Amino acid sequence: MIEVLSGDRCVDCDICVEVCPTNVFDAVADDHPVIARQADCQTCFLCEAYCPADALFVAPLSDPAPPGSGLTDEAALAAAGRFGEYRRWLGWGKGRTPGSSRDENRFFTARLRALQEETGP
Amino acid sequence: MPRARPRATAVPPETDVLVLGGGPAGTWAALAAAAAGARVTLADKGFCGTSGAAAAGGNNLWYVPPGPGREKAIAAREAAAGGLTERAWMVGILERTWEAVAQLADWGYPFPVTESGEQYRGSLQGPEYLRLMRRRVTRAGVVILDQSPAVELLLAPDGVVAGAAGVRRQEGGRRWELRAGAVVLATGGCAFLSGALGLNVDTGDGALMAAEAGAELSGMEFSCQYGIAPAFGAQTKGLMYQFATFTDADGTEVADSSLGSGNVTVQRAALRGPVYARLDKAPPDLRERMRWSQPNFFLPLDKMGIDPFTERFPVRFVLEGTVRGTGGLRVAGTGCATTVPGLFVAGDAASRELVTGAVTGGGSHNGSWAISSGGWAGAAAARFATEHPRPAVTRPAGEAGIRPRGRGGIRHEEVIATVQEHVLPLARNRFRTENGLRESLSILDSMWQDVVAGLGPDAEGGLRSRQAAAMLAHARWMYTSALARPESRGLQIRDDWPGADPGRAHRIRTGGLDKIWTAA
Repeated sequence: MIEVLSGDRCVDCDICVEVCPTNVFDAVADDHPVIARQADCQTCFLCEAYCPADALFVAPLSDPAPPGSGLTDEAALAAAGRFGEYRRWLGWGKGRTPGSSRDENRFFTARLRALQEETGP
Repeated sequence: MPRARPRATAVPPETDVLVLGGGPAGTWAALAAAAAGARVTLADKGFCGTSGAAAAGGNNLWYVPPGPGREKAIAAREAAAGGLTERAWMVGILERTWEAVAQLADWGYPFPVTESGEQYRGSLQGPEYLRLMRRRVTRAGVVILDQSPAVELLLAPDGVVAGAAGVRRQEGGRRWELRAGAVVLATGGCAFLSGALGLNVDTGDGALMAAEAGAELSGMEFSCQYGIAPAFGAQTKGLMYQFATFTDADGTEVADSSLGSGNVTVQRAALRGPVYARLDKAPPDLRERMRWSQPNFFLPLDKMGIDPFTERFPVRFVLEGTVRGTGGLRVAGTGCATTVPGLFVAGDAASRELVTGAVTGGGSHNGSWAISSGGWAGAAAARFATEHPRPAVTRPAGEAGIRPRGRGGIRHEEVIATVQEHVLPLARNRFRTENGLRESLSILDSMWQDVVAGLGPDAEGGLRSRQAAAMLAHARWMYTSALARPESRGLQIRDDWPGADPGRAHRIRTGGLDKIWTAA
């Protein structure tokens, strides 16, 4: 679930409000957007992908992070390079190469199919 | 760089083709309808570009070059699919997918290049794919209404579908209504808010609306596909588990993992207690390639500080329902017409039995079906809109969860909790028995009476109450169909009827809301 919207990094573009498929964020006039409905977050990481300022951190948990969890600690997450991580893998953002150009799913699907043919369905 | 947030696009006064849903099926439908000269509006519950199963996950495609390989691919799926496929559709889907993917390449999708210097086009990364589709849809002049879930259809006096109505959920749930010459439902399947990756937008809304207009469904018993995910999260991506060793709490290996994530043995082990996975069968030289192929499989593990190659992590099975099952609205004719005039269906909202029969279409066939059915439905809807006069008046067709018949006070949260209690557990839905199905149905059927009597629109204009009603309807279609198939075939495992009955190699239709019927 979404845990951190970094006020230091946020540029108030409201793209997260626009693109969230489950409408988790609310825009606020003349301020950063807010995480208004965390319970609706489906942990798809797409807001991280679209955020141009690497200001969002989605924890990998299906439930809210427990109190005191490192997954809500902005400074620790920043130090560990956890902001903008999905966007980097996708190769989105200026000067990056699309990650899809390194997609080798074909290899892994073929390998799985061969295994299944060996052992039966 | 700060920018002013664009104002939400206004709802046009009318449209020729209204597409509900903006995933692959909806965007391909919108493009096809626009190419046929129609004025097209696309309304998405969330955001066209991030909504749906494909955007969050990704798509391997059923993608085979012209030539003898196609015959082989069709024969292989026919053998697996339990006898419920139709060859002409499979041939058509392979042809259409081939053409559509060539278009994606022309439009600049960054496909990987193989060692021989050719693009490999059989796999699409979700965020990249849907971002490109949105661009193309916009360029084609389609009006996109984001964050605008449809809640009901509009019908002409003769029952022809003539538009839809919904809410603008970023404008306080304000209602929108849009008259259209034809409607394409591309609203996805129903995954019961299980939390499976990207599937919480898929609550079966389209099938509920269609059933209210009289549409039939098919294959709803094949609705019990479960994805495997780390137990702490919902990253239901199964492919990499081909390298897993599965162990129980004691560390004893529970099953040979060579079959990958669909492994029923592992699911049975999960009934007995916690199950763990470690990808220790992945050779070190493959691990970097695994990461680049499925970055969002590894992302949650990285964020948790788990090295999946050396550490075991707990896993769970999360219901993917009809999204990666095969049931949905019955395709009643070419052009993906439903049984209701003016209403067309594409993607996971439709039954995919024609192409994948009784087995899951996740992992390739569904992706190709979305492309193909989208294109066909969009073109057919455009034609229908041209050929049929528009009615002078329409009436909204929604009932359960929006127009209660009596006084009541049942809450949508209560409905959702009960439905989930009966459909999410492996013990009820993956491994089915007549007793279990009947027990669930008696509770769910009775709850339906409470819902039609007393579930009114929620504060968001009916969005959540309609989702609850749609999930309840799906649970009932699903279990009624499961009872009508006393055998195990494909996805349906009946523990009281192991093995397939050769006399039941046919599809099962279902429909109705107050009274659910099934027929061969």
